[in-house]
Amino acid sequence: MALLEVRGVSKRFGGVQAVKDVSLRVEQGTVKGLIGPNGAGKTTLFDLVSGFRAPDGGEILFRDRRIEGRPPHESAALGMSRTFQNLKVFPHMTAQENVMVGRHVRSRSGFVAGMLHTPRSRREERAIAAAALEAMDFVGIAGLASVPAGSLSYGQQRGVELARALAAEPALLLLDEPAAGLNMRETADLARLIGRIRERGVTVLVVEHDMSLVMGVSDEVAVLCFGEKIADAPPRAVQENPDVVRVYLGE
Amino acid sequence: MTLELLLQYLVAGLTYGSIYAVVAIGFNIIYNATGIINFAQGEFVMLGGMIAVSLERTVPLPLAVAGAVAATAAVGALVEIAFVRWLRRPSVLRLIVITIGVAILLREGALVAWGEGVRSLPYFTGNEVSALSFAGARISPQVLWVLGTTALIVAFLSFFFGHTMLGWEMRACAANRDAAALCGIPTRNLVTFSFVLSAAIGALAGCVVSPITYTSYAVGAPLAIKGFTVAILGGLGNSGGAVAAGLVLGVLESLSVSLLPTAYKDVVTLTILLAILFVRPSGLFGSREASGLKDLG
Amino acid sequence: MRLSRAAQVGLFAAAVVAAQLLSSAAGKAFFLTQLTMSAYYTLAVLGLSLLMGYAGQISLGQAGFFAIGGYTSALLTTLDLSPQRGHPLVAALVRLHLAVPRPDLYGGEVLSVSPWAACVAAVLLGAAVAVSLGVPVLRLRGHYLAMATLAFGTIVSSVAVGTQALGAADGLSGVPPFVLFPGLRVGGGAADRVQNYYLAWGLVALAMLLLLNLIHSRTGRALGAIHGAEDAARAMGVDTGALKLGTFVLAAVTATVAGVLLTHYNAGIGPSEAGVMKSVRYVAIVAVGGMGSLWGTLSASAVLNFLSLRGYFGAYDDAVFGGILVLVMLFFPDGILAADVRALVARLAPRRAPGGEA
Repeated sequence: MALLEVRGVSKRFGGVQAVKDVSLRVEQGTVKGLIGPNGAGKTTLFDLVSGFRAPDGGEILFRDRRIEGRPPHESAALGMSRTFQNLKVFPHMTAQENVMVGRHVRSRSGFVAGMLHTPRSRREERAIAAAALEAMDFVGIAGLASVPAGSLSYGQQRGVELARALAAEPALLLLDEPAAGLNMRETADLARLIGRIRERGVTVLVVEHDMSLVMGVSDEVAVLCFGEKIADAPPRAVQENPDVVRVYLGE
Repeated sequence: MTLELLLQYLVAGLTYGSIYAVVAIGFNIIYNATGIINFAQGEFVMLGGMIAVSLERTVPLPLAVAGAVAATAAVGALVEIAFVRWLRRPSVLRLIVITIGVAILLREGALVAWGEGVRSLPYFTGNEVSALSFAGARISPQVLWVLGTTALIVAFLSFFFGHTMLGWEMRACAANRDAAALCGIPTRNLVTFSFVLSAAIGALAGCVVSPITYTSYAVGAPLAIKGFTVAILGGLGNSGGAVAAGLVLGVLESLSVSLLPTAYKDVVTLTILLAILFVRPSGLFGSREASGLKDLG
Repeated sequence: MRLSRAAQVGLFAAAVVAAQLLSSAAGKAFFLTQLTMSAYYTLAVLGLSLLMGYAGQISLGQAGFFAIGGYTSALLTTLDLSPQRGHPLVAALVRLHLAVPRPDLYGGEVLSVSPWAACVAAVLLGAAVAVSLGVPVLRLRGHYLAMATLAFGTIVSSVAVGTQALGAADGLSGVPPFVLFPGLRVGGGAADRVQNYYLAWGLVALAMLLLLNLIHSRTGRALGAIHGAEDAARAMGVDTGALKLGTFVLAAVTATVAGVLLTHYNAGIGPSEAGVMKSVRYVAIVAVGGMGSLWGTLSASAVLNFLSLRGYFGAYDDAVFGGILVLVMLFFPDGILAADVRALVARLAPRRAPGGEA
């Protein structure tokens, strides 16, 4: 069953056709890689799927619901989570508080319950805090819980973003260049982590430049070039696809 | 409503409207160069009129006006240098609040310097009872001065931004500050110049309209609000739109006096502002992206 | 130095009591009047602190909501419904105890809306206006909200000054005291001064409690997320539009309630309360105290309002607040209490070489 289905989606910015009639499917329980040279439209596609931009044409279905053009918080409520390439942690909040925001879609207390500090909201807060710690533990940063996120190292902030996205217990996790700025050892750790995420039953769509990472963790890889999809197959087949080779290495 | 009365309202509307348009153009110049909306714009108009009145006691009128324009332009430069220039990547919130504070300081400074009284320059030609006849309506010659000065300002700016090196550099600075800087354009000084230019045209407008409307320390704020309304109505950053919008708003406001008690004249403008912001923040002539407001820094 | 919440409240309570005792001891018991008024202005400012500090929105219209609260309750509690006693609506109000008889200045009896009912009406009106204003404008960015709220505040001010039914330039007076609970009332004369003082600051404490609870709740965290990285907040399921609107309405309602209470305390209200200068003043206070820092805002409000009401700023009241605003925004954007003075000096002293570009 396709958890995410993108059908003939296009997006133009002024004179630039960033995404042109792209279709792809992400099957439940799999890891799908999305690669392509710079400017290929990967980030734009990501933004379209996660609701930060609306496509000019085409459809995007998540869990059989049309989500194109819907705001990000609606997709989040349906079970979609994402990380950002240029980290967007909440700098003045602690790491744990950052991850607790990830539980927003799994909790309910609003303005009134918050102001009145009702017993139900207190119970919920304890549950949120515990779930956040669990997510941080899974990612391996539980020790950073009370450190302000703004003073963490780059790699640690990446961990916080990941834990935050996982805390939502998403059905689909969108990873936006998760290996950017990581060294080889950290990248290997990340690959293992993605594997464990997959074992948990979370479907993953990952945009990445680091070939070894993508080819290593993905069940299928889609390749974009100048806004169009030129390949969509298991990693080995993609690596041997002459069009793909040409795009990356030139004639 | 007789034709003469209608014409009177129209003329009054066009007169005020052109002043609002000049204020709006001042907003646009600074906004285009910096992304800032300068709440102190109205105070430049006030300062022009007040300074000119003081100078006029000792020097002939044309010199007084020139002096006032120069002095206000200097104030504009000072404001930019003291309050805007050295801020690094300020947030929109901070800048809004700073320009509001500056507007208040300028106003209170004027109160200290000149007191509460209203004052005005003498009529440029003729006096308060001279009137030209036009289609049965009696129009003060000062009205022609106002309209003429506005037209002159618009024409000058049009030439400046369209055909001079400095004007092109400012447009480059407005379009993409970093790229302009990379081309060797002194963007920081151009920002200061944008304040100077806005202050100068505001001051000129303040001088030319003061015989009709009188000037006092408090006229800045209402002018700023109306000028902003016009700027938004015409599309923020679009000075051609500002002129059209200014005339429209001026006439609407003027005609409203015939329907509502005068106390509510301001309410009309403000309601129009709210309506525009709600319905079409890009204004009558602006583009959709413009209503998203420029990124600063 | 971070105190526990209980310690913070304790310190606050101690300061309130100390101020009262000191004033009495120094023979300046009349200070309490200005301090009480400061308390009500503080209510208006606390909501704004939340709005500016967490939702990152500026409102130049808080005074407008304050005026809506004050004028609505003033109007309803001073109008005389006795000529319309027979009217079914009025009869219903009387039956529900929403309209009550009260003595007027001349010893006769008039029928007016009860202060509680008037307060509720004022709050509903304020909330409705806030929603109508907020929904369209919060979609847009910073300057637009500032301008829209400025326009709104000016409209309220113009209407207040220009409408005879609202007392025009003189405002409304003769507003009866507001009996919150038997034995506790807002308003009255010098004899009730101490009671009013503690009641006012008690209400501020209550508001602080509610707002501090909010900040440390799921909603407060979501607001902090919006402030920290709005896109990430949206990606995590935070409906930023709804939250900003909620915060805007909350700030408006606190200002409305503050207006109601101050009007009953002063037994009247005038159009200057609606003026834009008052809104600017509120913004200045929030800036000084630190946006989002409730205790900072409270301290700044208590001090600045008291000084202003005692007349220490003389004729330069507006100038002082304008100057404060500029100074704080230039040098202490996080509020004076959070100021990092060393970093500030380091920035000012060695100038960068010219030619670089910010």
